[in-house]
Amino acid sequence: MSDVLIDHVRLLDPATGLDQMGALLVRHGKILDFGPALGRPDGVAVVDGEGAILCPGLVDMRVELGEPGGEFRETVASAALAASAGGITTVAALPDSKPAIDDPALVRLLRARGEETGRITVLPYGAATRGCRGEEMSEIGLLTEAGAVGFTDGARAIGSVRMMRMALSYAAAFGMKIIQHPEDPELAQGGAATQGELATRLGLPAIPAAAEAIMVARDIRLAQLTGGAVHFAHVSTGEALALIRQARDRGLQVTCDTAPPYFDLNETAIGAYRTFAKLSPPLRADSDRLAVVAGLADGTIDAIASDHQPRDADDKRLPFAQATPGGTGLATLLGVTLAQVQGGQISLMRAIEMLTCAPARLLGSTAGTLARGAAADLCLLDLDRVWQVNVGTLPGKAQNSPFDGRALEGRVIGTWKAGRRVFG
Amino acid sequence: MIAPHRHLLQIEGMHPPQIETMLDLAESYVLLNRSGKTQRDLLRGRTLINLFFEDSTRTRTSFELAGKRLGADVINMSVSTSSVNKGETLLDTAATLNAMMCDLLVVRHDQSGAPNLLAQKVDAAVINAGDGTHEHPTQALLDALTIRRRKGKLEGLVVAICGDILHSRVARSNIHLLSAMGSTVRVVAPPTLIPADAARLGVEVFHDMAKGLAGADVVMALRLQRERMNGGMVPSAREYFRFYGLDFEKLSHARPDAMVMHPGPMNRGVEIDSAVADDPVRSVIKEQVEMGVAVRMAVLDILSRGQNRNV
Repeated sequence: MSDVLIDHVRLLDPATGLDQMGALLVRHGKILDFGPALGRPDGVAVVDGEGAILCPGLVDMRVELGEPGGEFRETVASAALAASAGGITTVAALPDSKPAIDDPALVRLLRARGEETGRITVLPYGAATRGCRGEEMSEIGLLTEAGAVGFTDGARAIGSVRMMRMALSYAAAFGMKIIQHPEDPELAQGGAATQGELATRLGLPAIPAAAEAIMVARDIRLAQLTGGAVHFAHVSTGEALALIRQARDRGLQVTCDTAPPYFDLNETAIGAYRTFAKLSPPLRADSDRLAVVAGLADGTIDAIASDHQPRDADDKRLPFAQATPGGTGLATLLGVTLAQVQGGQISLMRAIEMLTCAPARLLGSTAGTLARGAAADLCLLDLDRVWQVNVGTLPGKAQNSPFDGRALEGRVIGTWKAGRRVFG
Repeated sequence: MIAPHRHLLQIEGMHPPQIETMLDLAESYVLLNRSGKTQRDLLRGRTLINLFFEDSTRTRTSFELAGKRLGADVINMSVSTSSVNKGETLLDTAATLNAMMCDLLVVRHDQSGAPNLLAQKVDAAVINAGDGTHEHPTQALLDALTIRRRKGKLEGLVVAICGDILHSRVARSNIHLLSAMGSTVRVVAPPTLIPADAARLGVEVFHDMAKGLAGADVVMALRLQRERMNGGMVPSAREYFRFYGLDFEKLSHARPDAMVMHPGPMNRGVEIDSAVADDPVRSVIKEQVEMGVAVRMAVLDILSRGQNRNV
């Protein structure tokens, strides 16, 4: 493995508050040293960063990989290509695959598949219930031993209150969180868009925003009852965020993330039935979008995840209500997040925090920070480079981005995984 | 001699001297049984009815043997609870038993508090042989006797009770008895099998066997019912065995001379490894059965003293 000095960069690491011009030296795949004045040892290649930002490789805590069972949409290898282009070096993989990740051997398989790419570390979530069917608790202890980093039924909400109570309680003994898709399944059943004037005009079956708040309120109460830890994924409504804020003020183990569509887009993105903008949960009213932006700024939201959900043409070339929800997000995670920085809603440091050390901490991972001796997972970012999201030319296999045509400012120009340059 | 009790419904509320009296008397019955002698005149002419609303082999047999060794007339009644309204049946049964002039009534029932209800309605001394998830007092007494004989005392011992605490009447009776006698009681189980406010009963709660067993003098494994193993409260039998099954690795965290107990019947390979259960040095599971007969003889003896009937 070639050693490299990445010179003339703005070193940025929210985990330690580091923000200064300097260089970083990679040796044998690890970060040997970094700082303002770093000599160049003999035989070391140099990359001139030309003033770009060098931050830890991004940690994406919510990704559907396509494997096993959905290889026609995305594979670990194709998702890894998209991740590299997006500056992402660690992904947490959702377990609602076919078969679901409810057996220790499957956890080990996903970890190995990630290693094989040389691009990403895959941190698998274990299925909270067998087959992600919501009926019987999965082998949370054995899955934890195999390397699962949390428990969830993926894009399926754990609907049974008894099951959720049991899972929260049981997982707590192993120090594990339950990650909930916070949407009441009965209220959401058959829905295609958020309830409101637009859905009414379009004649689409609707999901009330309250479907999220109802589930969040219930699970907060269960976290209190059991002493367990709950994490809400892709929070999209102001009401849910208010409940989460209150719960944290009361000291409960409640955390959450959101995904870029929920602070960058609103329900109008579905326009004339654009199925690429059909997501789960659905894009919300602009007032909810603004509440999500406020949640990013005030710290209610811990992390930003791509919620990458690869879909193929058969999933999306359908009448809107029949199309499968979900959008890709790996390649656009950083760019769309930076739009909030350019808009002045959040600082650059806060944005990178929510993409690196914050999700790493939630996953119990040591990734997401620049540390001497740690694996050199790095992201080199040019804040001024402008680009446009063009569906059809995105890295990776799945192309169903809800951001088609979006102009973005700030682009990844280099990604290193364990010292190896995997992008740029 | 402490004043005799009218019934034996629960350990909770019993005082250490009462418990000690029973254990001392049971100790003498151990010697009697081992000598091969009997005391068939003690309960001669008295009627003991084993009234079992729930299946049981060892407890019923143990009471039957205890009664016969003391000379009582022993009748076994097994009553199905499946078809009839339970409350009504129970009171009807009480009336029937009164008419039969029963002296000692041993009751097992799947509903907590059923023996208490019977005790209000019958003239006989009622002995709780296990009610729902409430108590199983003679089991706790026999466990205490087994421990006391092995360790010489109960005070100051650390006892770890492992497994399905939530549904266990054995655990509840043991917690009350051992705490009253000055032992430190720990319960070790996944959170889904620990009842709410367990710590309020005076126990220390653990979810990790290595920590819960650290320094323990006594390790007691409880039976896990099969219907609770498949994703209901525990994901699977193999996961339960991995994290909570008592094997030599987990037992190595306890004191080197820690004794292993199980109230039976055992699920080998679920809550206890066969190698541990059958270890001749560590396991006292067979001794528990022997102590069961002696303890029940002592209980029958003491309760019959409280009755005025002359024989």
